[in-house]
Amino acid sequence: MATTVFIPTPLRPFTDQQATVQVAGASVGEVLQNLVTVHAELRNHLFAADGKLRSFVNVYLNDEDIRYLNKEQTPVGASDTVSIVPSVAGGAGEVRP
Amino acid sequence: MTELNSDEVRRYSRHLIMPEVGVEGQRKLKEARVLCIGAGGLGSPAALYLAAAGVGTLGLCDFDAVDFSNLQRQVLFSTDDVGRPKLRAASDRLKGLNPNIRIVGHETMLTSANALDIFKDYDIIVDGADNFPTRYLVNDACVLSGKPNVYGSIFRFDGQVSIFATKGGPCYRCLYPEPPPPGLVPSCAEGGVLGVLPGIVGTIQAAEAIKLILKIGESMVGRLLLFDALQMKFRMLKLQRDVNCPVCGDHPTVTKLIDYEQFCGITPQVKAADQGKVSADQEMSVSDLKARLDQHNVFLLDVREPREWEISRIEGATLIPLGELPKRLSELPDPTSGLEIVVQCKTGIRSAKAVNLLREKGYTRVKNLRGGIMEWIQRIDPSLHSY
Repeated sequence: MATTVFIPTPLRPFTDQQATVQVAGASVGEVLQNLVTVHAELRNHLFAADGKLRSFVNVYLNDEDIRYLNKEQTPVGASDTVSIVPSVAGGAGEVRP
Repeated sequence: MTELNSDEVRRYSRHLIMPEVGVEGQRKLKEARVLCIGAGGLGSPAALYLAAAGVGTLGLCDFDAVDFSNLQRQVLFSTDDVGRPKLRAASDRLKGLNPNIRIVGHETMLTSANALDIFKDYDIIVDGADNFPTRYLVNDACVLSGKPNVYGSIFRFDGQVSIFATKGGPCYRCLYPEPPPPGLVPSCAEGGVLGVLPGIVGTIQAAEAIKLILKIGESMVGRLLLFDALQMKFRMLKLQRDVNCPVCGDHPTVTKLIDYEQFCGITPQVKAADQGKVSADQEMSVSDLKARLDQHNVFLLDVREPREWEISRIEGATLIPLGELPKRLSELPDPTSGLEIVVQCKTGIRSAKAVNLLREKGYTRVKNLRGGIMEWIQRIDPSLHSY
């Protein structure tokens, strides 16, 4: 059983530019672990050295923040989608350094 | 309530015939005071549409001058405006569009010292900032002053929109309690942005601000819009106020504005590197580099992106984009070889970061090319394209 994970553009360089990736796993945590196993460069962007999800990366199951579900233990079904929502600051443009 | 004059009745006729706006709604717009943080990619379309819609007082906070590279997306400005202070150019453009409204310029960097004072004269804040410290500052100042924050942000092909800091609704910190460490998330200046993307996101911000003023429709409080221009997908996620949020939670610990650069991990060293500063003995001038290249006793490392490399490059340079540098150190001369490395980017800012990074990795003979390839083009080889 594979779940669709939405990859935001800042992280697509680490998924061969794929916008969605199909990953197996019974919980959100398992899906994310399997994701960073296949796409190893993502690991450092999603997880801190202690293995915890980085605090500035939000993970959603469908349209719900997993912090308000059962966090990484939240079970995942076949029709569910997982979204990674990173902090993005851009807006006003400045001179390119 | 203020009356509409005959010019305004003609001008806003397409609003006035809508039951959701009407004369009463148009008067609300006229009495509304909206502040745009940043007159850039997001602030341009937002300010243009808010002005056109008849928002009576429109504030703009920015302190930059118009740069040639802004014109790709900052539709407030014309080619003739390049070099002019943004607020002067914006004010001319917006007054030309709608002489019935008041444009207020705040030509300053928004800081913890001035934010609450600037915000006090406005009802709604439209956040189009370009950096994390300002994002957190705008959020906290909105929460503390009880003003809604119509938030939009962009990166490459992705946009995010929401409304934060309304009474009982979530704030930016509920979504992102902590900022990413400096350098991990690239800025638009480093990662690029599709020019039309801020047009889409900024106009959504304007629409949400107008809905808040008119008190119509379903606002985006408690919802985060994710927009992906490549897939042409809009997705809506739910947001919740975090009862433990340090600013808007049930027991707030942040009750006044703080040092947001420090909060975002921007230490004086990071800031110095961000501004392209390394100590003077770690810099090299373009004329010294020319002499060294002629003698073939230097390794020139270009840390720009491949697209920039295609526009122009210094003969003999090796390209390793800054983001890839940590894992491609093996392509550099061995630190013990004694061969000096000179790092170069467009203007010397990214290369200063690279110099600091290489020094941390044990490279002692590393220098930053002062002024980058732009200075090289100006002083050594004008046949190359500047960009």
